[in-house]
Amino acid sequence: MEMLWFWLVSVLVAIYVVMDGFDFGAGILHLFVAKTNEERREVLGAVGPLWDGNEVWLLAGGGTLFLAFPKVLASGFSGFYLALFLVLWCILLRGISIEFRSHLQDGLWRHMWDAGFAVSSILLPVLFGVALGNVLRGVPLDASGYFELPLWTSFQVGAWPGLLDWYTVLIGVFALVTVAAHGAMFLAWKTEGPVHDRSVALSLKLWGLVVLMWLLATVASFLVTPTLFQNLSRAPLAWLATFIFVAGLLVVFMGVKRQKYLLAFLGSGAFILGILAATAACVYPVMLKSTLNPAYSLTATNAVAGRTGLNAALGWWFIAFVIVLGYYSYLFRVHRGKVKAAAEGEGY
Amino acid sequence: MDDPLFWHRLQFGFTITYHYLFPQLTMGLAFIIVVLKAMGLKTGEARYMDAARFWIRIFGINFAVGVVTGIPMEFQFGTNWAEFSRITGGVIGQSLAMEGMFAFFLESSFLGLLVWGEKKLSPRAHFGAALALWIGSWLSGYFIIVTNAFMQHPVGYTVTPEGLFQLTDFWAFILNPWAFVQYAHNMLATVVTASFVLTAVGAFWALKGLFPEQARLNLKTGVILGFIFSVLLAFPTGDIAGKMVAKYQPVALAAMEGRFESGPYAEMVMVGQPNVAKGRIDNPIKVPAVLSFLAYGSFSANVKGLNDFPRDQWPTNIEMLYYAYHIMVGLGTILILIMGIGVVLNWKGRLETTRSMLWVLMLAFPFPYIATTAGWAVAEFGRQPWLIYGLLRTSQGASPTVHSGSVIFTSLGFAGIYVVLAFLFLFLIGREIAHGPVSHSPKA
Ligand code: HDD
Ligand code: HEM
Ligand code: HEM
Repeated sequence: MEMLWFWLVSVLVAIYVVMDGFDFGAGILHLFVAKTNEERREVLGAVGPLWDGNEVWLLAGGGTLFLAFPKVLASGFSGFYLALFLVLWCILLRGISIEFRSHLQDGLWRHMWDAGFAVSSILLPVLFGVALGNVLRGVPLDASGYFELPLWTSFQVGAWPGLLDWYTVLIGVFALVTVAAHGAMFLAWKTEGPVHDRSVALSLKLWGLVVLMWLLATVASFLVTPTLFQNLSRAPLAWLATFIFVAGLLVVFMGVKRQKYLLAFLGSGAFILGILAATAACVYPVMLKSTLNPAYSLTATNAVAGRTGLNAALGWWFIAFVIVLGYYSYLFRVHRGKVKAAAEGEGY
Repeated sequence: MDDPLFWHRLQFGFTITYHYLFPQLTMGLAFIIVVLKAMGLKTGEARYMDAARFWIRIFGINFAVGVVTGIPMEFQFGTNWAEFSRITGGVIGQSLAMEGMFAFFLESSFLGLLVWGEKKLSPRAHFGAALALWIGSWLSGYFIIVTNAFMQHPVGYTVTPEGLFQLTDFWAFILNPWAFVQYAHNMLATVVTASFVLTAVGAFWALKGLFPEQARLNLKTGVILGFIFSVLLAFPTGDIAGKMVAKYQPVALAAMEGRFESGPYAEMVMVGQPNVAKGRIDNPIKVPAVLSFLAYGSFSANVKGLNDFPRDQWPTNIEMLYYAYHIMVGLGTILILIMGIGVVLNWKGRLETTRSMLWVLMLAFPFPYIATTAGWAVAEFGRQPWLIYGLLRTSQGASPTVHSGSVIFTSLGFAGIYVVLAFLFLFLIGREIAHGPVSHSPKA
């Protein structure tokens, strides 16, 4: 039971990263690949109808975590208190930037929101990457099941770390680069003209960086948490996931070479899904690792909610999930094909 | 002041009150847009579609602010109320997750299609998007109210030996009778808010002599819907809500009414200031026996006063509760009066020409917002000192490791951001109203 719910939460979070990842990526890149107002509107037209739904994957993941592992939510959210408020403020800025920009046809107004869109799209993946870094490294959970984490201490990895240390920052940068590269594939697929060409030109450089950062992150993770990869040999899922992300990476390069950008985009999605799934398989069953004493760690087994509630939830969860997939296929079908910047006064 | 609990409460109270200013219009407008589009499809008249198009633009701006202020709410369960989440997550995690999976996806997927899809979709499919948004937003209202209803009136759970709440009966929890009453009352209120906004815009155009056809349509639709829904809001739903509070939270009722002594033929206090230290109402104007009748259906029923309850069960802010309740009920009466006069004038065909009435309608739109906010203050202050009524105290729910300094910091941050957001929102809405409706019909 707890294993199933652990994976359902992981799946939602991974889908969230893939989905919101491409609109983060578009936000990171748009200042560079889209120079004129027309071009910026093309980028916004591509993410505009999708970003809010993409964000709901985060809410669904959070809600499912709440439902199945309330202790993890309680401890993690209150422990990361300040960091999460930074996340919230970035989400706020981003949503408003996307939605408000096109309401006024004024240069200054639009520059302001373009900057807001870019800044928030850069900070969010870094923050999420840092969060993942913290989960992998561990946090000072004590016997009460709670922890308190300052934003930074000495930037060293130890028993009493801060949110930011060299390791978590490294993972944050890895996340930023990956999401930017993913966004480049999305823009290559959805746009045409100069935005498309610039995205393609950037994409190979970005993916080169991704590979580099991935190697660095793997070595660093090994140094920080030597036990992390022990599961790799035991869990077949971890192998499958590793296969998926390596294959995804190859597909990206192949897709770009053959100019099949939808394929490349799917490849980059598979890369992100796979790498997150492999990570989840490696940490299972630990959900929040204690740096003080392994016995204090919160695991899928000791944090799971009551059985009757979870049984009831099984009844509706899959139904809801299938319906959601239905909306998504409808949405992507309506918005299929290349985007064009809408006429002024309409669209994003 | 270094008690973090105070700051957690202030932060949550402030952010939720602000958030709810937006969804109430979202949910009410979603309903009215469906009505307008249905009329348009049925009659084939362009004016309905033009009106719907205008309100959809307002809806889009309002929705965006609702979304970005709603996400912090979801997070605050974990960040600010960690103990509450840990203890009750097995139950309320259920409805919050359902809200995400069933409602938010539906809303967010169809929002873009509704706001920007009119040219891309057939009229029927566009109507479908409006319908989807209406269902989605009203579902999300239901799930959040189920969550709140569990806090007001817990059902369908057990408490484990470690003190954790667990769900035992899913349907009892989802079909909590408290939720039905709260939901009916609350959703009617959203339509009232939207009706007042509709008439305010219509009145503004009429006074300025702009867009006469649209002004008339908005005024007419607004006063009719507003009148029907305001009446339903007071009776039966407000009345039932009061009886329910009398039955399950009698101490909250006593505080709402400012009643300190028990006894039959309980008077209803119309005006007066509660003096909690002395245990009485100063400068009262009272109507005899009405309270007994309203709360229990009989003039001679005994209504218990605060003095008959142990002090540690008294709501923590009796004055706020008393004023909030009186503001809600007082405004409720005024809303019915305003819309009633509007309906009569409309029926006589004089609504757009009676300038004094147009002024009233233009300026009255804050009233339902105030009444709704006051209503939630009644529900939430009345629930005190409990987080889960009778079972878990508010003081047991906060996050143990978050100290006041952090909460004050983030609260100040929110205060600043939300002030800026309010200005941006009003600016954009003001522009849309000045622009007026965009007609796609050939004659314009
Ligand atoms: C336009 C807004 C509005 C108006 C005019 C009224 N209400 Fe209301 N009321 C609400 C908007 C509201 C609300 C904001 O929607 C609340 C808060 C919680 C809820 O579900 O509805 C609420 C709650 C609420 C409660 C508290 C329920 C609880 O503790 O959970 C009671 C007893 C009433 N109402 C009773 C009335 C009565 C007798 C009214 C007579 C006119 C009235 N309301 C008018
Ligand atoms: C939009 C409507 C709402 C408004 C205006 C509102 C208002 C408030 C206010 C003013 C407080 C502070 C009360 C105090 O400290 O005495 C509060 C507390 C709280 N409310 Fe609400 N509330 C609303 C809806 C909800 C809903 C739907 C939920 C649950 C899903 C909820 C959960 C809470 C919690 C957990 C607290 C903190 C603990 C407490 O002080 O009781 N509220 N709310
Ligand atoms: C603690 C209480 C609350 C939480 C956690 C919460 C959470 C949220 C979240 C996360 C969103 C954004 C959804 C998206 O991204 O699409 C949202 C929007 C919304 N909320 Fe709330 N909310 C709360 C209170 C309320 C209340 C009391 C109501 C109504 C009764 C309500 C109704 C809505 C609706 C209809 C929307 C979508 C439309 C809009 O944003 O304007 N919420 N809420």
